[in-house]
Amino acid sequence: MQLTINGKPRSFDADSFSVAHLVTTLELTGKRLAIECNGEIVPRSQFEATQLVDGNKLEIVGAVGGG
Amino acid sequence: MSDLLKIADRTYRSRLLVGTGKYADFAQTRAAIDASGAEIVTVAIRRTNIGQTAGEPSLLDFLPPEQFTYLPNTAGCYSADDAVRTLRLARELLDGHKLVKLEVLGDPNTLYPNMIETIAAAKTLVKDGFDVMVYCSDDPIIVKQLEEIGCCAVMPLASLIGSGMGILNPWNLQIIIENAKIPVLVDAGVGTASDAAIAMELGCQGVLMNTAIAAARNPVLMAGAMKKAVEAGRDAYLAGRMPKKLYSASPSSPTTGLIS
Repeated sequence: MQLTINGKPRSFDADSFSVAHLVTTLELTGKRLAIECNGEIVPRSQFEATQLVDGNKLEIVGAVGGG
Repeated sequence: MSDLLKIADRTYRSRLLVGTGKYADFAQTRAAIDASGAEIVTVAIRRTNIGQTAGEPSLLDFLPPEQFTYLPNTAGCYSADDAVRTLRLARELLDGHKLVKLEVLGDPNTLYPNMIETIAAAKTLVKDGFDVMVYCSDDPIIVKQLEEIGCCAVMPLASLIGSGMGILNPWNLQIIIENAKIPVLVDAGVGTASDAAIAMELGCQGVLMNTAIAAARNPVLMAGAMKKAVEAGRDAYLAGRMPKKLYSASPSSPTTGLIS
């Protein structure tokens, strides 16, 4: 499947996997982040239960320095 | 010490709020914030770098959210929709944190706020349960409307973001402060310590700044200067200044007992 992550297309061999699996695959485990899938926030408690499929658009954000 | 800054349902000892951008590195960010004495720090919400970032330190490692009150902002947002979306992500990121700084910009050159979009976003956010501290123009009518919407603090600009031009319209600020029932904080435009002191002397409840500290030649020293300026300005406001007059027929020394 193909996912768009932070504006960039990425291909994965699997047809579907969970948001939790994506976090691990992207080596983001343990990082404080928030994830939006197709414009809807995926609560951290739902990472395991939320399945991603081809075409999903994800935003993965964190806190950075700013005024 | 009973003179505390009250915002939404919490109180703070420090009336200086600081940004965390534009520093040389995280260590300098932390040192400056420590010197400033700030308890509330603003952060921006941005896309996470994917790849080659595992193990790299993050801002949160240097400023643990347990030690500071985070104020996620919507810097860089040019529409109400983007601002609301950003702060909903921030709330998820910070475990349900409700206190946020709303700013919706109208122009990338001046960074002047778009108050029509800001008001629209404020309405949505207040309805959604956020405690909204709102960056705004120094227009007393706009500020009144933001208060009526239910924002927990209004933060009119002293001058444009990052300009360091100081308080360009102290008279508007005075009208805003006199009429406000919620805390008024100056946000943006402070250039040096005296600007912060003047804001506090006018009766502001606090000052929010970033560039004035981060872009100083010695940010840590400037952070300490700002702390003192905010405290001095606040004390001067509470003390109540003497009235201004062009000249005084009342010298400070006795008018009797002079040698002749």
